[in-house]
Amino acid sequence: MGLFLILLVLTIGAFGFLIGRLKAIKLRSASQKKITSLNHYYGYYIAIFAIVPSLLVFLAITAFQGYIVEVYVLSDFIDLNPNLLASDKNLLLAQIVNTSKGIELFDEISPLVTDAVDKYIYIEELIDTLTYVIVLSVAGLLSLVAYVKIKSNLDSRKFVESFLLILFFTCSLVAIMTTVGIIFSLLFQTLKFFSQVPITDFLFGLNWSPQRVFVRDSGDLDTRDLQNAFGAIPLFAGTFLIAFIAMCVAIPVGLMTAIYLAEYASPNLRDWAKPIIEILAGIPTVVYGFFAALTVAPIVRDLGQNAGFTVSSESALAAGFVMGIMIIPFVSSLSDDVINSVPQSLREGSYAMGATKSETIRKVLLPAALPGIIGSFLLAVSRAIGETMIVVMAAGLAAKLTANPFDAATTITTQIVVILIGDQEFDSPKTQAAFALGLTLFIVTLLLNFIALQVVKKYTERYD
Amino acid sequence: MNKIKISAKNIDVFYGDKQALFDVSMDMYEKEVTALIGPSGCGKSTFLRCINRMNDVIDICSVKGNVSIDGHDIYDKSIRVESLRESVGMVFQKPNPFPKSIYENIAYGPRIHGIANSKTDLDEIVETSLQKAALFDEVKDRLHQPGTGLSGGQQQRLCIARAISVNPEIILMDEPCSALDPIATAKIEDLMSELKKEFTIIIVTHSMQQAARVSKNTGFFHLGKLIEVDSTDTIFSNPGNQKTQDYITGRFG
Repeated sequence: MGLFLILLVLTIGAFGFLIGRLKAIKLRSASQKKITSLNHYYGYYIAIFAIVPSLLVFLAITAFQGYIVEVYVLSDFIDLNPNLLASDKNLLLAQIVNTSKGIELFDEISPLVTDAVDKYIYIEELIDTLTYVIVLSVAGLLSLVAYVKIKSNLDSRKFVESFLLILFFTCSLVAIMTTVGIIFSLLFQTLKFFSQVPITDFLFGLNWSPQRVFVRDSGDLDTRDLQNAFGAIPLFAGTFLIAFIAMCVAIPVGLMTAIYLAEYASPNLRDWAKPIIEILAGIPTVVYGFFAALTVAPIVRDLGQNAGFTVSSESALAAGFVMGIMIIPFVSSLSDDVINSVPQSLREGSYAMGATKSETIRKVLLPAALPGIIGSFLLAVSRAIGETMIVVMAAGLAAKLTANPFDAATTITTQIVVILIGDQEFDSPKTQAAFALGLTLFIVTLLLNFIALQVVKKYTERYD
Repeated sequence: MNKIKISAKNIDVFYGDKQALFDVSMDMYEKEVTALIGPSGCGKSTFLRCINRMNDVIDICSVKGNVSIDGHDIYDKSIRVESLRESVGMVFQKPNPFPKSIYENIAYGPRIHGIANSKTDLDEIVETSLQKAALFDEVKDRLHQPGTGLSGGQQQRLCIARAISVNPEIILMDEPCSALDPIATAKIEDLMSELKKEFTIIIVTHSMQQAARVSKNTGFFHLGKLIEVDSTDTIFSNPGNQKTQDYITGRFG
């Protein structure tokens, strides 16, 4: 029903546009005076008045609808039992809504519920009707007001400009508010988590086994369960181990690819090779995941065993290696662009001194392109740290504190997935631990970006 | 007259299908300044870049004909282009110091060619090169600061110092003053009259006054052809060709 209403409002807006334009045309021919704006701006003037406030009203009503319905429908229950829990309220409401739709999930329905169902149907219909009346009359009335206000000296062009300014501003605000929202939702859950588990245990503890929190006899949480269950050091170590392995693959291969593409490859070759390499970044990470788990991991295991190492079938090395392949394009593509944009005059200066191509690359081009290259490295690192699927599939889930690349390892992101898969208890420290991990990851990535910016800034100042 | 240092014979240069130079033959003399003048796109820079084979860098460019330095064909297969460029330095239109310190800019060439045996040697080369380029006094306190922080004129002198650091015999200058103000230009011109005692200098220039001031011989290029080459005095006072006459009197170009 909401969609139909929106369509109606838009129709009023479109109609308003036509009327506004028509009035402007009339004004123009009737008066000898020049009117301030082009005809269609008067159309937009009415359309904006018709559409924007009425849609805002509609949004406001929809936002409060749920609350009004709940208060009205549940009033009888609350009279009976003023201390009704939020979860029980939700349960009751779900029962009422389902019954009103003819879905009978419950054996017997209490007369109170039957009453409530009637009330529910009544209030829903009432609100729907009211919404229509209010929204449509707002749209209609404001169109009328706008129509009356159109005179030859009304600067509707300026009005449209300011409206667009507000529109653009609001859109950019959406992105900013989302970021702020994410930070706060992480932050509050994290604070709750740290109220149960000391932050020092989390940051410096060596043992990660959140599943222990559920192994308990009584219904209450045993504080002993919380001890030694949320030490995140193994996760940090695993994350950095795998990211390190990935960078060991991606940096040399990516950088040398970039050098080849920028300096040695013919323009033709570069034109088709670069998109193909960039495809690597477009392959879904799940696909990399089973490539890592089914192809690379066995190879790593066999090679390692032949060389006399004990290798588990899920290893940090396999995951890190495949992740490294995945982020090659991040390094190569960006570095290639940066090397390419080093001015030709520097190349010629170096050749004119009698330097060979590789000497020029090593001694002039790479130093000149360094800020951009480091930027590409850091981008690749944050990608590696945030990567989840490959690790889930190829490196295992065991939170072991190890620096041995042949061992299974796990990362922050993987543990978030593990924690949040399946049934959740939202107030359990286990679930909240995921938020703490998320916040940690967020802070680390933020720091990396900050460092990247500083590095780039420093070198750009020096070399430009 | 000094002995012939560089001799170009029947040079044709092609960029892909387009011919940029037509049958250019010209001799240039040792320890003199030779100026190449002509309107934009006339091929004077292309000709200059034949002398240190900088045209090799451009894939689609091909050179026919013969350039010899001291009688040796520089396009011969036995010639290593790196050693050729060691003895034929080049200064470009826009100052192009490397994004390194002043010291490292000068030390670049000697390091590549293994000219300095020790740190002291290198320090000495850097100092003499800067002195020869009349820059040492201005930068001696900040040798380890970036070369890109200098003014345009200083940067160009740094590039000259860089070119002479490997002790070349010839210095090619491709419009070295076109990006500089008159004062910096005057300094470079003074420098050239100093440098010609030691080096053979070929300069491409847009400014006829500059050619008249600094050079002993001048070649006039037009539409890829060498129209006339003679002593600078003759070219500017009594040119043999009508086109030269028109160009230097400002009737076209």
